[in-house]
Amino acid sequence: MNLANLQADLWSLVPELWLVAVGLLVLLADLVIPPGRKAAVGLLAMTGVLMALIPVTSMIPWQARTVLFGTYAVDGFAVFFKLIAIVATVLVILSAIDAIGKQTPSEGEFYALLVFTAVGLMMMAAATDLILLALAIEYVSLTSYVLAGFLKTNPKSNEAGIKYFLFGAAASAVMFYGFSFVYGLAGSTNLSQIAVRLAGAPAPALYLALALMLAGFGFKISMVPFHQWTPDVYEGAPTPVAAFLSVGSKAAGFAVLVRVLVGTFDPARVNWVLLIAILSAVTMTLGNLLALPQRNIKRMLAYSSIAHAGFILIGVAAFQGNFGMPGLLIYLLGYTFTQLGAFFVATLIGSRLGTDEIPDYAGLAQRAPVSALLMTIFMLSLTGIPPTAVFFGKFYVLAAAIDNGLLWLAVVGIVNSVISLYYYVGVIRAMYVMPASSSAPLVEPAALQVALGVAGLGTLVIGLYPDPVIALARSAAFLLRM
Amino acid sequence: MLSLIIFLPLVGGIFILFTSKANESLMKGVALGTSLGSTILLLFVTVLYKIGGGMQFVEQHSWIPTLGIIYHVGVDGLSLPLVALTALLSVLSIVYSWRIEVRLKEYLFLFLLLETGMLGVFAALDFFLFYIFWEITLVPMYFLIAIWGGPRREYAAIKFFLYTLIGSLAMLLAILLMYFNSDPHTFNMLALTQQQPLAGKPVLAALAFWGFFLAFAIKVPMWPFHTWLPDAHVEAPTAGSVILAGVLLKMGTYGFVRISLPMLPDVFRTYAPAVAVLALLGIVYGALVALAQTDLKKLVAYSSVNHMGYVMLGVAAAAAAFGVPEKAAAANTALNGAVFEMVAHGIVTGALFLIVGVLYDYRAHTRGVDEFGGLGARLPVYTGITTVAMLASLGLPGLMGFVAEFFIFVGSFGIFPYLTAVAVTGVVFTAAMFLWTIQRIFLGPVNERWAALPDMDTREQVSLVPLAVLMVVFGLFPKPLLDVINGAMAVLVTAVR
Repeated sequence: MNLANLQADLWSLVPELWLVAVGLLVLLADLVIPPGRKAAVGLLAMTGVLMALIPVTSMIPWQARTVLFGTYAVDGFAVFFKLIAIVATVLVILSAIDAIGKQTPSEGEFYALLVFTAVGLMMMAAATDLILLALAIEYVSLTSYVLAGFLKTNPKSNEAGIKYFLFGAAASAVMFYGFSFVYGLAGSTNLSQIAVRLAGAPAPALYLALALMLAGFGFKISMVPFHQWTPDVYEGAPTPVAAFLSVGSKAAGFAVLVRVLVGTFDPARVNWVLLIAILSAVTMTLGNLLALPQRNIKRMLAYSSIAHAGFILIGVAAFQGNFGMPGLLIYLLGYTFTQLGAFFVATLIGSRLGTDEIPDYAGLAQRAPVSALLMTIFMLSLTGIPPTAVFFGKFYVLAAAIDNGLLWLAVVGIVNSVISLYYYVGVIRAMYVMPASSSAPLVEPAALQVALGVAGLGTLVIGLYPDPVIALARSAAFLLRM
Repeated sequence: MLSLIIFLPLVGGIFILFTSKANESLMKGVALGTSLGSTILLLFVTVLYKIGGGMQFVEQHSWIPTLGIIYHVGVDGLSLPLVALTALLSVLSIVYSWRIEVRLKEYLFLFLLLETGMLGVFAALDFFLFYIFWEITLVPMYFLIAIWGGPRREYAAIKFFLYTLIGSLAMLLAILLMYFNSDPHTFNMLALTQQQPLAGKPVLAALAFWGFFLAFAIKVPMWPFHTWLPDAHVEAPTAGSVILAGVLLKMGTYGFVRISLPMLPDVFRTYAPAVAVLALLGIVYGALVALAQTDLKKLVAYSSVNHMGYVMLGVAAAAAAFGVPEKAAAANTALNGAVFEMVAHGIVTGALFLIVGVLYDYRAHTRGVDEFGGLGARLPVYTGITTVAMLASLGLPGLMGFVAEFFIFVGSFGIFPYLTAVAVTGVVFTAAMFLWTIQRIFLGPVNERWAALPDMDTREQVSLVPLAVLMVVFGLFPKPLLDVINGAMAVLVTAVR
């Protein structure tokens, strides 16, 4: 490879390089800006990440290709996940500006860690080499462990950090063991090479490798039976971090899962379609049933995020045809806005009322009417009531299931949607039906309001006018198959 | 024009969201103005409507072209009467709700959102659009019951929401089955009716049929899916009950006539006897349970189960006649009766719930049928209107209910003679129930407890008198309405053949 080539490759890495620069800049700014004004650091980080949208969106029309010796993909699929990572990071930083400063003195480092995590998420979505993939996953895990345990004086946050670390380390170890099998079978770490060379590998070994890798991917997306960490970590971690984990690392986890599974394993040889379909059904059902009795909003959203992972897995199982992959992407994008919005309301209540219990949301309709209305939209969207973003995602993956002849999975999906209505409406009921304990209006910080507004807007716009998103998702999924 | 009618209430609702809470008269004015505006525009549509002219006032706009989803609305002889019924009942309900004091702003917004949803369901001609409107009606109704309802409102509201959601999601799968089997893939309801994508695929067709069946049967509600209805109707605030009974139940029967019958005629014929038996059970069971009620609102609620059973009997009879040319005339009659009954039940039961509300909300605060007596002497206007409505509901000739039931029985007798014979006994029970109720409330010795009860005020009269007038007018002179309905039903029967 000559120098010109390397230069061209670097141009394709502008978003990642830019974010690294922003992260370093944020760390520097944190040194200079005095305590009490740390919100400026957050705004700097937010603006920096937002500006990464420029190079990322300019990459949408690019031809799909790989750079850096075939280890790193520059394609629509990666770009789509980069967009999700940027949206999630920007909104989470905005929502945290008010809340996090009250909870920790190291506010600036918090923003820097979020920015660095965003780089990791982008790399996860784009890596096409097992070694780079392993590095990206570990990198995201490390920053996430720190973020989960960020509130050093809070025992629950400490517990979240440790628990996340222990579970994560175990899952990673198992996954790397699976990677080693794949390498042994294929003799290459490059995913496209692996796809070709696995054709001759013995099926039992493939199943074993697949099962081991699924432990790691399943951990990232909170798939049953690798989900146990989710409620404890979400509950203990600072609420913005829980929001970030529930959309950012979940989405990146799905990107990795899809790239490895759909990209390299031939379902005609290894019947992973049935495996994923069963895991999807189990994940949805278990997540929803466990969400039913929850009274803590963060635990409820954690279990609900498990259930949604199961629903999104329908899209993986039904990957053939024109609906599965775009459905997965649309679902993830819509879910990003909606789930973030729900967590932002939880952030607001957590920082203003000091509680995460759903019954304490009583009378929110009077005390913070706009937030209550938005929360209602988020809850209905998570249930799958149109015209909202998650409804459209569900519509798309259900269509994929039917298109792929997985009618039974679609039926499991709709039964689960009905179950989920019960606990989502529990939040609405608290806000609108239960009498308020106090009628004093809640103060809503401006940055959080903006974040909430964007989340609400995204939820409704994708629900009402999904056409541009469909077009984007279709081209992203199309390039994946090339 | 049609879009304007559908979305005008929603525009008013959004406007209300942005007005100050203190400005109650402005909010009420906007609510009444926009729903009245829809109704007036609808009058123009009705005047311009050409009987037997097929789908009219059609609007098509590109919406989600990548999936072939279009914004597509229109009305024919089936939907126009239901759209008109929706608009009328909405206006009257808003008039009736004039005295709502608790959280007026939210109430009016939800009500107008509900109206847009209902109008949209009847006008939508694209499955995706239809589904969205269908689901939109659930949310405001949940809130109306849960916030402004009776003592067991939360239980009733969530039960209503869960029941209907399971139905609508089953419908979503059925819609997708239709979509993926059509060629080219389309959500256009008219195109799907023409294509018959599931003809010749009996298993898939049966699955789709039962998917739609679940959604519509829960909504109607057919026995044994009716258990949400008594709870929801009784706990809902008066105007909510009116809309629930008057319009939302019709969405189920409308679905049967608009979707199940023309799109899946083969399967529907296979299962028509089963559907008819369920309808019959609803008729008899509804009437008998209503007879045993001492709570006036519950009594009216169960009478809805009974009346919707008649509608379903007519629809099932028409389905059973598919493919038998000599029974086409009977099927046409039964369908005319069924659709007429939808409108009649909407007007009559809407009125009955208002009547219950008049007594319960602002006067007696009790609905125990046995606790009254001799009110006839005290409240002459109220007694008069109640008697007309109850007689119309039991099917007295000269009033609206009779025309509908007569046609249903005449039509279905030619197809299901034995079932129809049993169904007619339902009329006897219904008559007994309402006559006995009239006797207990209005006749007999005056209960001194209610000596000071005032008669209906202007607001109540404005909301009830138009309905009573319509019952008489369409009872004596049903031809205009029947002609409109027949225009669509004749097309349907010939198309299905």
